[in-house]
Parts: sequence; C-alpha cells; structure tokens
Amino acid sequence: MNLNWAFIVESLPLYKKAMWLTLKLGFLGTAISLLIGLICSIVLYLKIKGLKSIVLAYIELSRNTPLLVQVFFLYFGLPKVGIKWSETACAIIGLSFLGGSYMTEAFRSGLEAVSRSQIESGLSIGLSRLQLIRYVILPQAFSVSLPSLGANCIFLLKETSVLGAISILDVMNVAKDLIGMYYKTNEALILLVVSYLLMILPLSFLLSWLERKVRYAEFGN
Amino acid sequence: MQNSAINVFLEGKNFLRLLEGLLITSKIAFISIFLGTILGILIGLSRTTKLKIVLFINRLFLELFRIVPLLVWLYIFYFGVTTALNIDLSGEIVSIIVFTLWGAAEMGDIVRGALQSLPKHQIESGKALGLNTLELYRYILVPQAVRRMVPGTINLATRMIKTTSLVVLIGVTDLVKVGQQIIETSRFQYPTAAFWVYAMIFILYFIICYPLSQISKKLERKWNS
Amino acid sequence: MITINKTNNPLLIEVKELKKNFDDKEILKGLNLSLHKGEVLVILGPSGCGKSTFLRCLNGLEKIQGGQIIFKTKNLTDKNTNWQEVREQIGMVFQNYELFPHMTVIDNILLGPLKVQKRDRSEALAQAEHLLERVGLLDRKNDYPRQLSGGQKQRIAIVRALCMNPEVMLFDEVTASLDPEMVREVLDVILNLAKEGMTMVIVTHEMSFAKSVADRIVFMDEGRICEISDPKEFFTNPKTERAKHFLNIFQY
Repeated sequence: MNLNWAFIVESLPLYKKAMWLTLKLGFLGTAISLLIGLICSIVLYLKIKGLKSIVLAYIELSRNTPLLVQVFFLYFGLPKVGIKWSETACAIIGLSFLGGSYMTEAFRSGLEAVSRSQIESGLSIGLSRLQLIRYVILPQAFSVSLPSLGANCIFLLKETSVLGAISILDVMNVAKDLIGMYYKTNEALILLVVSYLLMILPLSFLLSWLERKVRYAEFGN
Repeated sequence: MQNSAINVFLEGKNFLRLLEGLLITSKIAFISIFLGTILGILIGLSRTTKLKIVLFINRLFLELFRIVPLLVWLYIFYFGVTTALNIDLSGEIVSIIVFTLWGAAEMGDIVRGALQSLPKHQIESGKALGLNTLELYRYILVPQAVRRMVPGTINLATRMIKTTSLVVLIGVTDLVKVGQQIIETSRFQYPTAAFWVYAMIFILYFIICYPLSQISKKLERKWNS
Repeated sequence: MITINKTNNPLLIEVKELKKNFDDKEILKGLNLSLHKGEVLVILGPSGCGKSTFLRCLNGLEKIQGGQIIFKTKNLTDKNTNWQEVREQIGMVFQNYELFPHMTVIDNILLGPLKVQKRDRSEALAQAEHLLERVGLLDRKNDYPRQLSGGQKQRIAIVRALCMNPEVMLFDEVTASLDPEMVREVLDVILNLAKEGMTMVIVTHEMSFAKSVADRIVFMDEGRICEISDPKEFFTNPKTERAKHFLNIFQY
C-alpha cells in the first residue's frame, strides 16, 4: 500500500479540528446525560409516584431506538412542526437523550448496592431521606456505578460517529469528503481510525485509573 | 397542514415501502446475527485454548470493535477494502460482512464469559458420576452455558438491529432510506411529512426492540431465581 | 453495682401492648414496658424471641401493627410522627457498627451534629474530641473505618451516637460480632455510660455484663415479656420456668 504522506500531513489540521468538535459534543452530551441519569435514578430509587412511570417510559423509548433515527427526527422532523434547532443542538440533545437512560441504569445499580444496614445507620443519627442519599448512599454508590458510567462515556463518544449525517463536521465527514473529493481512500481511512484511537484510548486508560483510585479509597487495596 | 401530513402513509404504497425497508433492515440484522453467532461460538470456544497467540488475536479482534465505531468499519469496508481489492461490493453485502464480524467478536466474548463462569466442581462431580466428555457437555455444561449466554445474546441482537440504521449512510435502501425517499417524493403534497415519517420509523424500531429486551429481562429473572 | 431503684424517676418511654407482625407471623405479641430516666434495661432471651425487633421498633426502624410507644408524652405510633426528630433523641448502636466507610472517623461523628442538628462546628468538634478521648481513640480521628479493628469501630459508633446528645441509647447486640479480646473494651464504655446516668436499653448475650450493668432485666421469649426483675434476683432465682430453662443453657 503506497501512502501519500504529504497528503496525510496536509490533512492533519482538518482531522484535528474535527476531533475537537467530536470531543466537545461528546463531553457536553456526557455531562448532560450524567445529570439526567442522576436525577432519574434518584426518582426511581425513591419510587416517586407519577414521575417513576415517566422515567421508566423514557428509558425504554431511548434504549430501544437508534441514535440515528433520534437525531434525524430532531433535525429533519421537528422543523416541519416549527421547532428548528441547530445541528449542534440536535446533536447534544440526541446524545443526552440516549445517554441519560444508560446513565440512569448505571446509577441505579450503584444506589441499590448500598446495604440496608448502612441506610439504617444513617437514619439512626436522624438524617432525612435526601440527606441520606447525599451523604451516605451516593458516595458509596459511586464506586459501584463508576465502571458502567465510564463505559457509557466511551459508548457516547463512539456514537458521535453518526452525527455526521446531520451535517456535523466531525471526523467521519472529513474522511468522507477526502475520499469523495481527492480519492485518497487509504489515507483518509487510516487517519480516521487513528483519530478514534487517539480520542478513545486515553479516555479508556483515564477511566481505568479512576476506577482503581476510587476502589483504593474505599477498600484500601 | 400537520393533520393531513400523517396521511402520507396512506398515499400510494408508502407504508408498504416502509415495511419493505424494514425487511431489508431485518434481513441484514438476522443474517449477521446468525452467521455472527456461529462464528462467535467458534471464537469463544477457541478462547479456552492455552495458546497465547490465539488469545492475543482474539483479544485484539474484540478490542478493535470496542474502540472503533461500527460506522467507521462500514466506511473501511465500503470505501477502503473495495478500492484496495478493486472489487465492487454492494452496501448490503458490506453491511452483512461487517455486522457478522462485529457479532462474532461480541458473541465470542459472551461464549467465553459463559464458559468461564461455569462452576468447576460441576465438571468434577460429573466425571465422578462416570459421565464421559460428550455426555458431560451435553447434559451439564451446554445447558448451563446456554442459560448464561441468552441474555447477552438477546442484548447483542437488539443492539445490532438498532445499529443497522447506519447502513443508510453507505447507500443501502434500508428502513431509514425508504423513509427519506418517501419524504422526498411527498415534498409537494405533504411538506411536513418528515416529522411523521421519522416518528414512524422511531416507533417501528421500538416495536421490534422493546419486546426483545422484555423477553431478555423475563428470561434473566426466571433463570436467576 | 448497687441497685438503686430508679423507677421513681421521670418516665421516658412507655410501651403499651406493642404488637408487630412480619408478613402474617406475629413477632411481638403485646409488650408492656416502662423506661425511666437514668435506668439501664437489659433485654435477654433466646434467639428469635424478638428482642432486636423490639429495640428497632423504639426508634422507628420497624413498623408497628398494634399498641403504643409513648416517648415523653408524645405518642410515637401516631402516623404523623417525625422520626427524624425522635432519632435525634433516641440513639442506636448496631451489631455491625455500620460506620460510613467513605468518611473519616471524625466526619462520621460530626455528620449528625452538623447536618441534622445544625450545630456550630467548633462546639461539635470539641464534644466529639472529648468523647473520643474518653474512649481512648482521639489519635484515630482522621483514620478511615477500614483502618480500625472491630472493637475500635464499635467504640466510634458509640461516640457517634452519643454526639447527638440523645436522651436514650439503644444497643443491639453490639459485641456479638467482635472477637473476644475486643468485647471488654466496648463493654467498659457502656458501663461508664451507665455510671454517668445515661438511660439505656441493651440487648446482649453477655450474661455477666448484663448482671453488672442492668438496673432491671427484661426476659423475653417468643414475642412476649416473661419476666422483669432485679438482676441479682434474676440470675440466682428466676421466677418463670422459661427463664430457668434459658439460664440453664448458659451454665456449663
């Protein structure tokens, strides 16, 4: 395979810019997903009537449909009834909608892992339900949820690859343009794969390190 | 004009075409799941080997699919491999190849996980009862391994069905593509069709995937008790 | 311990015909008890007699199906009871200490006083350190629970409950999970509390401890209170057949 290295070097800035956009969208999507996940999981944990069914319905709807269809609906469908959001907004909303339900499940398993006796111990010093969640349950739930939360982050970052279809100038679109305009297929694809490796591998290592650190703090080994 | 736009589904053979698109989507999904499962089981069994090189290749294979998004793989095969090997593959065939490989990688991990989680004393007590290897597999190991594999497999199948939505981006006339075509042809008569069409596609995916996830949950609950 | 008759002191808790069920099984079948200020009640009985369940009813960890618990003239079985407030005044120490693993010792102790009672930090800290010193663990205040032995953790759990300034302390088999060497240090703390006049209800298996700390022994069997007597009398001359049978088990 003969690679045109000059072309590769020239294309680097394009990929770099696109990677930053992808990371930015991924980061925002993850942040909002975490917030949604936290709130929804507490709703489910406290079994708040009314809200509980809404949250459960939300989870099923977002988990059983593809992100592509969700963002197409937001970007192409909603404008027809007067709701017109930018492609960036649609991307972030789509990612958050999907991510929120995954994060809810992750937090939920952590919350349920905290033992009944810890809860009773907190109750016996007079903590209210919300104080219990804030000071006793959530901190302990966090270390249980962390692996899933981390895996979801990586999942969302990978899912950003579909956003090119709603005109987001991410690395997928850069690759596609280079192939379409210059026919430099191999170069474009290699840079594409490298881009994702560069974005995801460090994140994966960071999360592993974080998991180990949290586990050490809890258990000292 | 929204009220009449929903009638876009009654127009001509639109709804029928949507279902045809759904059929293509399902076809890709199920062929890939089927082939991927077979291949995956073989891979999974091979991971019980002690050969380091085999384990390494298997691990690499799995990690490649875990780190690189599936759409990138579709691009690689659709644009890259076809150019490199100078052959012309349809989007459909590329999709089936890529999804099968993905399915095989994940399935291999599921099989390995199921086999590893089998309690070792089952094998010992089976041997103590005088069962030979074949009988051991048939009556003790396989039923239990299958039980542990089913939730993961259904979960994988659901994910694969959802991900087939991507094949529209490499030109396959799947459910999403048909939807886009309907929107295009209805541009004058039903300008707001996009809203309803994408909503319908959303619902169709939900109708397929939700029952699958419910079945998985029920089976998990039944077998875990 | 000189038995001072404390039943003339003000009545803190009165239990009337307390009934509790688990699913459809009757666990507590109508208990009657009164607890006076400064009294130490020790509840003894065979496994499954309901003594821990009874204790847990007193601070609302178990729901009641019948009867009344009256704490300082307030009826706790009323539906509108604010258990949070009650638990500030009725403290509990558990068998498995249940310190919060993600907090240091001092944070464990200060959580209630600062966040629930909204006290001034320096004041609460002073009390916490004073109490820690009295149980001999002041130098461990910045350690995490996992760095402590069982006996140390249990002493911290007692300090944590005491820092809320409760009027009544409940102890649920607090030495049952400890290695024998550590039991003594915990029981010494409880004995000291009794000498200082803390009102306590203790569930325990430690017979000689029960004899020395109790003002009255409450003997339970199968969900009922069979006998309430002076500790000296209970151990040398129990009144009921069941009590005799129970004590025989403990004499080797």
